[in-house]
Amino acid sequence: MAGAATGYVATAEVPAAQVLRHQAIGFVVMAGFFAAAPFFGVYPVFLMKALCFALFACAFNLLIGYVGLLSFGHAAFLGSSGYAAAHAAKIWGFAPEAAILFGTMVACALGIVIGALAIRSRGIYFANITLAFAQMVYFFSVQAKFTGGEDGIQSVPRGTLFGVLDLRQTMPMYWVVLAIFLLGFVVLYRVIHSPFGQVLKAIRENEPRAMSLGYAPEHYKLIAFVLSATLSGLAGGTKAIVFQLASLTDVYWTTSGEVVLMALLGGIGTVFGPVVGALVIITLEHFLAQLGAWLTIVQGIIFVICVLTFRRGIVGELARIIRKPL
Amino acid sequence: MTVFGIPTQALFGQLLIGLINGAFYALLSLGLSVIFGLLNIINFSHGAQYMMGAFVAYFALQWAGLGYWWSLLLAPIVVGLIGMTIERTMLKRLYHLDHLYGLLLTFGCALVIEGVFRHEFGSSGLPYTMPAALTGGYNLGFMFLPTYRAWVIVFSLVVCLGTWYVIEQTKLGSYLRAATENPALVQAFGINVPRMITLTYGFGVALAALAGVLAAPIYQVNPLMGSNIIIVVFAIVVIGGMGSIMGSIVTGFGLGMIEGLTKVFYPEASNTVIFVIMALVLLVRPTGLFGRAS
Repeated sequence: MAGAATGYVATAEVPAAQVLRHQAIGFVVMAGFFAAAPFFGVYPVFLMKALCFALFACAFNLLIGYVGLLSFGHAAFLGSSGYAAAHAAKIWGFAPEAAILFGTMVACALGIVIGALAIRSRGIYFANITLAFAQMVYFFSVQAKFTGGEDGIQSVPRGTLFGVLDLRQTMPMYWVVLAIFLLGFVVLYRVIHSPFGQVLKAIRENEPRAMSLGYAPEHYKLIAFVLSATLSGLAGGTKAIVFQLASLTDVYWTTSGEVVLMALLGGIGTVFGPVVGALVIITLEHFLAQLGAWLTIVQGIIFVICVLTFRRGIVGELARIIRKPL
Repeated sequence: MTVFGIPTQALFGQLLIGLINGAFYALLSLGLSVIFGLLNIINFSHGAQYMMGAFVAYFALQWAGLGYWWSLLLAPIVVGLIGMTIERTMLKRLYHLDHLYGLLLTFGCALVIEGVFRHEFGSSGLPYTMPAALTGGYNLGFMFLPTYRAWVIVFSLVVCLGTWYVIEQTKLGSYLRAATENPALVQAFGINVPRMITLTYGFGVALAALAGVLAAPIYQVNPLMGSNIIIVVFAIVVIGGMGSIMGSIVTGFGLGMIEGLTKVFYPEASNTVIFVIMALVLLVRPTGLFGRAS
């Protein structure tokens, strides 16, 4: 999507060092919030779910916010990594770190295949094509033997991290998830602010011009796509280990829609937006879960409101008010 | 009698089911194409509107005693009007933005519509009785052809070709095609383009509703019936080339049959075959079989 319409605030008028400083402040606030939250009565399990989805949304945001590509099939990466990690941990007896790594690599491989095919198109075509591929992954998951069909892969062992940290306890697991989230977040942050990230933004703003300057947009887009898929996979693998479950929900298109909603609500093209969006949506799900179809209705209404009147998202609006990119 | 080791009964039976599915695919992708051609948005509510068409038929029968034939007329009008309301009140505000916002808005609308119906009617299907005139069937010697299924195929073909004729061969259609190319210029010639956009969206949605009524006696009337079929239709639209009228009709029927044949020869792949074809088409022709380079 064109930058003008998203939460992206041009950084040109703010010196780079200053951007770095207050985004660093934002990072400390965010890390502090997640580190302190379990001690203020917020359920760690709920927070872990939020963290996994926050990482997922941040990875998704790399594509839509910085390359301008709307993927409607990101659930394929979250879900396939979840299945791979769960299978590796349960059947092959992998340690949790190896299982998560394996899941992430599966998502990466899938990202290369789907990305190579999808990247040749853009805009609505890209959205449609990624959606179709994700649905293909979904049908594969329904039919394949090892995924357990409707039941999914249940009671996946959490295991012992690096052979020393017992993850069956909630709090150690929580710190691991937080560490994985922060690691993924920093990787994405570095990518966005690297020369590579600048080229991505150039492609988003004006692809023919970027090409005329000697950059091959296809290569940059594909690398960004694979990166996004890989980090979505990291989120998916972690989620499978945390909840000891890999299920069809994570590969279904509703999950792809959900991550779009998280990024949109938080602020597309902002660094912290997807985290805020994920936190809000997961909280919403937590409270509306009992009401069944109402959750879908509320999500739909938020979609409509965001698109019609709130296109910058929560963090995007905040950035506009304080006039600093977040 | 067997062909390639498959009993002809099974072969033709699956081909018929493929043709039926193809009839729905064609009607739905035709509506999507008509909307995409002028509005440049992919209508994500299309599945929900298809489902609403089936529900209008159900309500008409339950509450007003109006039968199938009335529903064929009523559902497209009612759902088309709802669609036009959505276009006038919401979609219209997004035309100056990236077209992806239109996609997101219609996706949100689809969630709300499906959520409301799911809340009211649950996820299980409601039965809809077949009209008496279309029950029974013909014995063709090599297979049994149920009348209703033959009717769906013929009716869908007639509607598709009629739409093609209106858009490609009439004066009204020429306005539409001109507005697709250059709306500003067409407006300068004194044609009310915003109204044309509204009517076009309404028409595309009406086609979806019509498909919903046709589907009601075969499949059950179910709040989730739209979301199951629409993603396949999206893939078909990609294969055919977005915005191509004839392309969507031909690929709709063609892929329905391919899907049917896959069920005979390699049932495990029947759910994914269309997506595999999509991937192959994308490799060879990124703009789709009938699409023009964007």
